[in-house]
Amino acid sequence: MALIPLAYLLFRTAQGGLGAWVEAVATERTARLATTSLLLAGVVTAACLVIGVASAWLVTRSNTPGRRAFAVLLALPLAVPSYVAAFTWVSVADLWTATPGTRFEGFVAAAVVLTLYTYPYVYLPVAAALVRADPAQEEVARSLGRGPLHTVLTVTLPQVRPAVVGGGLLAALYVLADFGAVSILRLDTFTRAIFTAFSAGFNRQGALTLATLLVLVTTVILLLEGRTRRAGARFSGTHVTRPARAADLGVWRWAGAAGLGAVLLAALGVPALSLARWMARGTSAGDATGRLWDAAVGSLTASLLGALLTILLALPLGILAARHPGRLSQALERTAYLAHSLPGVVVGLSLVFFGVTVALPFYQTTWLLALAYATLFLPLGVGAVASAASQAPRSLEEAAAALGRSPAQVFRRVTLPLTLPGIGAGAALVFLTAMKELPATLLLRPTGMDTLATRLWSATAIGRYAEAAPYALVLVALAAVPTWLIVRRTGILPAAGEREPLRPVEVEDPTGASDLLEGVKA
Amino acid sequence: MALPSRLLPVATAGALVLTLAACGGGDEPDATPGGDTTEGSGTTGEPAAGGAEEGDGTLTLYSGRNEELVQPVLDAFTEETGIEVEVRYGDTAAMAAQILEEGDNSPAEVFLAQDAGALGAVSREGRLVALPQETLDLVPETYRSVDGDWVGLTGRSRVLVYNKDAVSEEELPQTVEELTGPEWTGRLGIAPTNASFQSFVTALRVLEGDDAAQTWLADLAANDPQIREKNGMIVADVDAGAIDAGLVNHYYLYELAEEQGVAPEELTAALHFFGAGDAGALVNISGIGLVDEQADGDAQALVDYLLSEAGQTYFVEETFEYPMIEGVGTPADLPPLEELETPEIDLNDLDDLQRTIEMITEAGLL
Repeated sequence: MALIPLAYLLFRTAQGGLGAWVEAVATERTARLATTSLLLAGVVTAACLVIGVASAWLVTRSNTPGRRAFAVLLALPLAVPSYVAAFTWVSVADLWTATPGTRFEGFVAAAVVLTLYTYPYVYLPVAAALVRADPAQEEVARSLGRGPLHTVLTVTLPQVRPAVVGGGLLAALYVLADFGAVSILRLDTFTRAIFTAFSAGFNRQGALTLATLLVLVTTVILLLEGRTRRAGARFSGTHVTRPARAADLGVWRWAGAAGLGAVLLAALGVPALSLARWMARGTSAGDATGRLWDAAVGSLTASLLGALLTILLALPLGILAARHPGRLSQALERTAYLAHSLPGVVVGLSLVFFGVTVALPFYQTTWLLALAYATLFLPLGVGAVASAASQAPRSLEEAAAALGRSPAQVFRRVTLPLTLPGIGAGAALVFLTAMKELPATLLLRPTGMDTLATRLWSATAIGRYAEAAPYALVLVALAAVPTWLIVRRTGILPAAGEREPLRPVEVEDPTGASDLLEGVKA
Repeated sequence: MALPSRLLPVATAGALVLTLAACGGGDEPDATPGGDTTEGSGTTGEPAAGGAEEGDGTLTLYSGRNEELVQPVLDAFTEETGIEVEVRYGDTAAMAAQILEEGDNSPAEVFLAQDAGALGAVSREGRLVALPQETLDLVPETYRSVDGDWVGLTGRSRVLVYNKDAVSEEELPQTVEELTGPEWTGRLGIAPTNASFQSFVTALRVLEGDDAAQTWLADLAANDPQIREKNGMIVADVDAGAIDAGLVNHYYLYELAEEQGVAPEELTAALHFFGAGDAGALVNISGIGLVDEQADGDAQALVDYLLSEAGQTYFVEETFEYPMIEGVGTPADLPPLEELETPEIDLNDLDDLQRTIEMITEAGLL
């Protein structure tokens, strides 16, 4: 599925010929775009790693006040579409700039906005991994005389390294594919150039040529990431039986809380303020009430279907990657990421092409839209499935097989139940990302169907900001539900406080697999 | 090249796609949970049968214009003729790309576009069919396709929107040339990513030549312009006093007044028309074309309705755009189209946007 856009790109570029491709690509502008895009992706990813890892550690491993609330709230910026975020930041800029007309725009602005709304891609997996990481190694390090900070850096972080790298990769790809924020904040990147070629010059060929370059850049990033992944050994134990102790930060815990609060204030407060101002100023808000319901239903059905389809496709890929690591499975997993860095309009057009040539009965039905979501967001599903599968002890499957179960039974009775929470989290993540998607939705939705994102687009396009605000609010509110689910399912709950006695971790286990677990341990 | 090693996954996925498509055929699309929630009938992919005269009572319209501005007049059309219109709203440019990508299988019967450029792009690849001469004759030659496959529906004039408190009447320029002078440094808002700005620059090129246009762009860029993403943002900022003036289309002022719930003349922002055939006074259009063979009598009926007195009056009164036919009056208190000192330009000559975009980019404005 992920290869539909790639095949389409190859096909369309081949029509132009290699010579034309080289000519279009080898320009100074392309070099400049590449530099800007990569620099932006690099800076944002680095910032996401810092914020994501630090907040994950504070929430799961320290006695920062309000950890429980922070754990959920910190994931919420994921629910804010980047175009909404950028737009709201621009429209409150007049509050803090003294000179009227000064614009919040450019590289720094784009980096700030993108960081604030992509760091959850790092925060969520790292927090989940921290909860599950074996504290014994840290305790050994401490008992051997290492300082607390030193321990975190040299023992804890390497343990969660796959989560850190995986999250960083998603953040980097998100930045490469993002159009909303960079267009509103006026930063000339690949995606913006692709859109401009489409919208201003009606230059499909040029746009797609640029998109192929984006695929190449992504391939390089994936190869690099694969290398670090191989270099990073996973030295976590298989069975975690108790949670880590929360580190006592002393007075610094207030600083930690203040830091987390500042991130949230920037990421959620600014849009909230902006939306409130739109509602207060405009007169068109009333028009939203009649349309809100249909749009919400449209968003929910398309995104749910998209999430289901994505997970269905991600299941074999993710389990293969986790259970049978090797060149082939890794190559398959990697290809899932390729389409993730493509702008939605390119994926959308490729599915328009696929739809009219291969699957005409499905063209402009919710099915094809769901397929587009699956193509775009497959890595989110694959990542969740793979990490869930790699954390489920393999010995259980082996035990079941040794007890005479067929591979299909093993999968159904052992692997699937064990990975279900992780899969649920992955589905929730895809669902929430799909709700925000705009360009592919506009191209592929059934004629006449509206989603919250398309309504939002339609209202802001002609300056009806007051009408836009309710759509944005409902979109964020609806997206908050899966976000909460992800936080719960990934088990990001604050570690036991220092005064609380250590207690066994509560593994959600609807299947009775823990009995089996006991058996294995015995 | 890493091509050979990539072929395997390509082939694998190809097989997967086919398998899935085949599997998908089992559950019919009517099982779609979301497919039919908002639309009574899912006739999207239906090939329109029938000759040029016979309509089937429904038609599919791809609208690059906003729902808010278009849906009321479409409802009126349905009321009048009984023909149901299924509308797909989207971005004009993306929609043009979509129609081209869909090719012969396009469900679109009519394409309603924000600007002549998009219609030209679709027309160039032979996706529009010729309109009858009596339809074409309704619209002045400047505002319709040379090949006779699209017509303008409404006119939008380029204007200078200015803040009445910050700009005095004497200061108002006659030509865009004056805007590059020192008295306008840092005061002018533009939206270079917007198709309307790009069409205007193309007009400048056609009127004055590429060199002059390039010089103007360079001078403008050096004059510290205030760059915005959209025309509407410029008008809002001018009204709020954040910038003094801006180059926009005329109707954005009325959109702002409506959103704020005030009469247009109560705004601090006001409109000024450029004179003497300057490129700044260009009148562009939103237009309509019939897509390929699918176009049947219903589609033509829609074009006829939109160009009728009722249709044109709607646009004049509700979207504040200029009518294309005679005898409908003018929007709000604006001077009539004939009195505007518009440049001598055929919209068909404005199709070289590519070079224009390169020039705007070279000037550092994109």
